[in-house]
Amino acid sequence: MTAPSPQPAAVQHPVLLGLAGQPNVGKSTVFNLLTGLNQHVGNWPGKTVERREGMLTRQDARVTVVDLPGTYGLTTNSPEERIARDFVLHEQPDVVVVIADAAALERNLYLLAELLALPTPVVLGLNMMDVAHSQGVEIEPEVLSAALGIPVVPMVARHAQGVAQLQDEAVRLAGAKESFAPVRPEIAAPHREVLADIRGLLADRVPAPYPADWVALKLLEGDAELIALTRSWLAPSAWQQVEALLAAHEDAILDIAAGRYAWIERMVRAAVRRPRLGQVGLTDRLDRVALHPLWGMVLLLAVFALIFAATFAFASPAQAWLEIMVVVPLQEWLRASLAGAPAWVAGLLIDGMLAGAGTVMTFVPVLTVFFTALALLEDTGYFARAAYVMDRYMHRLGLHGKSFLPLCLGFGCNVPAVMGARVIDSPSGRLLTILLAPLVPCSARLMVLAFLTPIFFGAAALPVALAFIALNLALLVLAGTLLNRSLFRGKHMFFIMEMPLYHAPSASTIARFVWNNVWAFLRKAGSLILVFSILLWGLSHYPGPALEASYLAKVGHGLAPLGDVLGLDWRLLVALLASFVAKENAIAALGILFGGDAGADGLAAALTAAIPFASALSFIAATMLFIPCVATVAVMHKEAGNWRWALFGVLLHLALALTVSALIYQGGCIFADAWPRTK
Amino acid sequence: MNDAGLRTLDEIPKDGRAVVRRIDGGSQFASRLAAMGIVVGASLTVLQNTRRGPMLVSVLDTRLALGRGEAQKIRVELSSPS
Repeated sequence: MTAPSPQPAAVQHPVLLGLAGQPNVGKSTVFNLLTGLNQHVGNWPGKTVERREGMLTRQDARVTVVDLPGTYGLTTNSPEERIARDFVLHEQPDVVVVIADAAALERNLYLLAELLALPTPVVLGLNMMDVAHSQGVEIEPEVLSAALGIPVVPMVARHAQGVAQLQDEAVRLAGAKESFAPVRPEIAAPHREVLADIRGLLADRVPAPYPADWVALKLLEGDAELIALTRSWLAPSAWQQVEALLAAHEDAILDIAAGRYAWIERMVRAAVRRPRLGQVGLTDRLDRVALHPLWGMVLLLAVFALIFAATFAFASPAQAWLEIMVVVPLQEWLRASLAGAPAWVAGLLIDGMLAGAGTVMTFVPVLTVFFTALALLEDTGYFARAAYVMDRYMHRLGLHGKSFLPLCLGFGCNVPAVMGARVIDSPSGRLLTILLAPLVPCSARLMVLAFLTPIFFGAAALPVALAFIALNLALLVLAGTLLNRSLFRGKHMFFIMEMPLYHAPSASTIARFVWNNVWAFLRKAGSLILVFSILLWGLSHYPGPALEASYLAKVGHGLAPLGDVLGLDWRLLVALLASFVAKENAIAALGILFGGDAGADGLAAALTAAIPFASALSFIAATMLFIPCVATVAVMHKEAGNWRWALFGVLLHLALALTVSALIYQGGCIFADAWPRTK
Repeated sequence: MNDAGLRTLDEIPKDGRAVVRRIDGGSQFASRLAAMGIVVGASLTVLQNTRRGPMLVSVLDTRLALGRGEAQKIRVELSSPS
């Protein structure tokens, strides 16, 4: 196999460097060290996976560093693996740097073995040399380099060691690609012949940039993407022969994979000394608690209690502070400066735009706390333990153990719950989590619940409120189980998860994660919230002036037939619709429609007088289950990658809300002997 | 290979050591396992195996959580009883 085209010795264009590595090898730290603040975060085309890119200058060479998603191998098992592979094939980087965990060297070199099947030059960065050393493993990088025939750089990225040398080696190799002559893994003897046969059948039908030898190997491994591609490349007769060969060797992957580890074993034999102690490390000691069926669960609950305590300690005061120090003064200032302007201008700016901007801002403190917690759990290695402990329960919903954490965050706010679904590896598990997350009652809905239940149920408020929360969670389980058996049937992804070693979190990694996510939210959801806030203002003020005479009220009246089934009059329907912009709007709308001037006590009296018992139950159920708020819908769209699934989620919640409300109202009418008002 | 001495991985108790002899479940499953260190010939130590839920194994200096369904597709030979 030869490099596709000879390059001039002096590289003029920026060097394109791909940074590859398995998960949990400290690759992000290396990327941050390489590029500093000179980074750009986007998405891979057509994918919801982040693409991080940065620039560096070294030896007069400008280098574009692309951080590839962490992948264990290069087969197309996951979107991440496909991205990493497509990058190497289609963007043709000048050099790929593989970061490996020196403390789990053999397994980490599997990715290297896969990469060396492609012509791209590779540099190996051996990270966490200190961890390996502390475990009694001694590695001689020069010996490993000589065995592999590629540059090997020892590193301790956490202490910024080895990064300069890594840059030098990468730039040097990028400028001297033709000198790259590694020792490549070879296929085991039993399959050598069939590999040659397949290669022969491919002949010259494999288009650039795919190396034909590599395609033949991947076909033999049963790679689904290349099987589909090859079928389109070959004449039907040639394809049938290939297919027959593959069918006769469908177990070849087992030999090929075992062969790669045999090759790795040969490569590291001279370079690694390990005394094979049965020592008990920190990770083992911590895991005795964290993974224990009982204590693990207790620890998990404690961690969540801590996260929510942090929300109350930091996020809630910050929210209040923003409201008092920023939103209210801004409102007053605008009102004062717009004194001479027409009323609609002031209304649009203050009640439409500023209210929307205020809503956007109230999300920021909560999101900051939650994303910090998420990053902290992920970066220390605890997250995988939490997922392991919860997996047995989540499994039944077709969800991964990792879904538990985002769903649990949903009690605070559904936005980070949906965004947090990104930590789930399998696309179907991620999607299912995104669809189900809004069934977890968020703090805004809990607030509405806490406001309404005492009004209608007096002393029984708490049990009733708890029953409504339980209803939401029961519906989550039901919807999850049903979706898992219908739409998501057979989409089950394998549950195989690495438990990384525990380590101290890195402040800069966490800060970047929080910033990226909060910024992504502001960009994506901010504008949408603003638009809907203005829309709601317009609908509720025109033709006006009072809400009773607005378009929104007309919509409410128009929905009366539906309202009759649900036991909701037009005012309750309007309150429900208003909650789409922000859930707490439901209370404000009730206040206006049922006598806002009477204050909270007056509102309570007005509500109990106007709303029959069964209608109250139905309304509370509807608010708890209704369409997620606009911010959540915005991130559902962003995370699902298209509107189709976001819309499906919206309809799913709408259907649930209407069905449950109707059932509760009709049932309530029969049992509580409360009859609908005629109008 | 003689399958008589083989068991599925989920039958191996805590602290049991075993060598992988066969992997069922198709090439996608096999390649995913391979990239994480589980291949034919690999030696595993079972770190945790309760009757329900996922199990925990150690292979190539890595601890892996494996679903029960996944573990049932991995045929192993016990190398030293607990």
